Amino acid sequence: MDVLDLARLQFGMTTVYHFLFVPLSMGLSAIVAGFQTAWLRTGDDRYLRLTRFFGGLLVVNFAVGVPTGLVQELQFGMNWSAFSVFVGEVLGVPLALEALLAFFLESTFLGLWIFGWDRLPARVHLGCMWAVAIGTQLSAYVILAANSWMQHPVGFAIDPETGRATLTDFVAVLTSEMAVVAYAHTAAASFVTAGALVAGISFWHLARRNQVGVFRIAARAACAVVLVAGIGVAVSGDMQGKVMSERQPMKMAAAEAIYETSAPASFSVFTIGTLDGREEIWSLRVPYVSSFLATGRLDGTVEGIDDVQREYVATYGPGDYLPNVPATYWNFRLMIGFGMTAVVASLAGLLLLRRWDGRGRGRRRRRSARGDRWVARAALTLPLLPLLANSAGWVFTETGRQPWLAFGLFRTADGVSPGTTASEVVVSLVAFAAVYAVLAVVEVGLLARLARKGAPPVDADADSGDGPDADAPLALSY
Amino acid sequence: MDIPVVWFAVVAFFWVGYLVLEGFDFGVGMLSPFVGRTDGQRQAVLRTIGPVWDGNEVWLVVAVGLPFAVFPQWYAALFSAFYLPALAVLVALVGRGVALEFRGKRDDVRWHRRCDAAVAVGSFVPAVVWGAVLGTLVQGLPVDARGTYAGGPVVVDGWPGLSGAVALLGLCAFHGAVFLALRTTGVLQVRALRTARLAGPVAVVAVVAFLAYVQLARGDVVSAVTGVGAVLAVAAALVAVWRRRDGWAFAGTALGIALTVVTVFVALFPAVVPSTLDPGWTLTVESTVASPYALRTMTVVAGILLPFVLAYQGWSYWVFRRRVVAP
Repeated sequence: MDVLDLARLQFGMTTVYHFLFVPLSMGLSAIVAGFQTAWLRTGDDRYLRLTRFFGGLLVVNFAVGVPTGLVQELQFGMNWSAFSVFVGEVLGVPLALEALLAFFLESTFLGLWIFGWDRLPARVHLGCMWAVAIGTQLSAYVILAANSWMQHPVGFAIDPETGRATLTDFVAVLTSEMAVVAYAHTAAASFVTAGALVAGISFWHLARRNQVGVFRIAARAACAVVLVAGIGVAVSGDMQGKVMSERQPMKMAAAEAIYETSAPASFSVFTIGTLDGREEIWSLRVPYVSSFLATGRLDGTVEGIDDVQREYVATYGPGDYLPNVPATYWNFRLMIGFGMTAVVASLAGLLLLRRWDGRGRGRRRRRSARGDRWVARAALTLPLLPLLANSAGWVFTETGRQPWLAFGLFRTADGVSPGTTASEVVVSLVAFAAVYAVLAVVEVGLLARLARKGAPPVDADADSGDGPDADAPLALSY
Repeated sequence: MDIPVVWFAVVAFFWVGYLVLEGFDFGVGMLSPFVGRTDGQRQAVLRTIGPVWDGNEVWLVVAVGLPFAVFPQWYAALFSAFYLPALAVLVALVGRGVALEFRGKRDDVRWHRRCDAAVAVGSFVPAVVWGAVLGTLVQGLPVDARGTYAGGPVVVDGWPGLSGAVALLGLCAFHGAVFLALRTTGVLQVRALRTARLAGPVAVVAVVAFLAYVQLARGDVVSAVTGVGAVLAVAAALVAVWRRRDGWAFAGTALGIALTVVTVFVALFPAVVPSTLDPGWTLTVESTVASPYALRTMTVVAGILLPFVLAYQGWSYWVFRRRVVAP
């Protein structure tokens, strides 16, 4: 592999890894803030226990999310310096805005929240968690605006002297149609992700009849969050599909592996055939759905890969404009499939909740012991589904953009740092892979330990062993 | 002053802010195994930076992100040249941040010891590497006619890099020890003061050596003034430590780091990356600056947001102003 392949592999790996933690932090901070708000309004200790419990998981998750994001920021300069020079002021402005607007907010107020339980008035302390929640959403918006610019560049001009992109309209970059729908889709997905984690842990405890009173509340709230957010994901995804078909017809064609322009186009749920989807042996198809996804009309025209290739050659000059079709096709399906399974599982969870409503008779309870084991197993897999869907979604949207870094403007192959050697990239790739693998083991182990312990009782703070120390933070101490 | 120069100053401001703030939590991190002898004492040592280190680290995100936006070519040349140093810093910061957050999540002394080690190493490495980067930057990099970096992997490039590394390491250790003395009581404070008395003279000597090199290599009148100011500030901090004026000592080390970094930036100006191949290929403020529109946008954005950031970060320091007591 050459520098280009290695650099792409590294960016892909670090981005997908970073994005395992980001949506969890986004959704979970809002859910924790919700529990804490409920506690302040009702005085019900169960909400306080949930706040502390899920707040602890949030802190662990945040600890990995922030530094892995810093890796992304430096990688632009390390591996992609030619692209950084070309696009720096257009992508750099949103990146700097993210740091000034959102990063400072998140990290400062998370510190205040963790250590401020007995230092701050209750309302101010709650406000800290809301500030974290808002900060994560602002962060996501600005970063997605930068990414959307790479999918569909707007608000710029090419400097005739230097050949570089210069910013001409920052508001256009921030408010492009692409950015708005991408944010809506990601924000909704973040709530599905965090909701699935909360629901998974809660059902696991419920299945073991552990702290039923506390976890019933959490399970119901989380299932509701997943359902509502799931609808949001579907609606925004549909809108995104239409914007994508208009702006990046090749990505839509590759997502469906449609080579010839067709109207109406059917959606293949599953296909057996050649890997690139050119010939199929058997496929399960739903008529009209691809047309609807792409255009909003049942008989709308979906452009095929071959036609788009001809168009691109006419526009951008000779070249191969095909992304990796199998990767695009299958990741599109995995994204939708895992996401929908998570939503359906949460709907089932809402129906299941009656099991633990406390009114069940003894006989019914005994009979359900076997069912409980199945609930516990299913609960453990639930949080994985949205994480897999998120990862597949990113791989889909980024491989589908190839061979472009900035669509129509700048090719991926031209973006790598001229001075960087393959050995440097290999060293860093191995280093990141090793550190990330260790981190994953530590993080999952820690989350599992914390999750298994369950929500701490309200007076658990006395066991932190710090003695009579005014500065001793409560449940979340070092 | 024209806008590009102002933005050069703003970038310098964020590097100063970053190294002053994270400087003391690097210092606390690397001193934690020496100042804290028991598990509980090390926990107390780390708690002095607990609420603030994450916010301090965001200064780095801005310090790196700003050049990306306002001096794209500077950013590109810098991090493709310092590829391996940047990698070392990233790995160290990832390990350190995670260890700081995860330490208290398990009630297990072996776990705590591993986290302490990760914090100490993760604090030591970035201090050394950033120092080496500053020194090497003053010396210059092989930048070609197109303004791109044309050398191989850089690690620590000779005496300039080495003197920068030692200077920043000494400064961070001194700064961290003084901060610990300010934020603790009892035995921890006694040990922190003892450490400060050891680290202080080392810091003074290292800073004199490093800034002398900077002055001889690229200095002018202004950098001579700031350089002398830096040395005086660190020396004054040492006097304050002996006289048990903890607050003044901390102000002295903070000013010392700030003026050291300022001296490097002043000495560089108007270059941002001097070329060792041909002085005419040197990247300067003017040659790497973004378009006027991008600068205007950044000015508006930063002008509105920065006061808020400084206000709530300051508030968080105020909230956690009380001393930490060891068990």
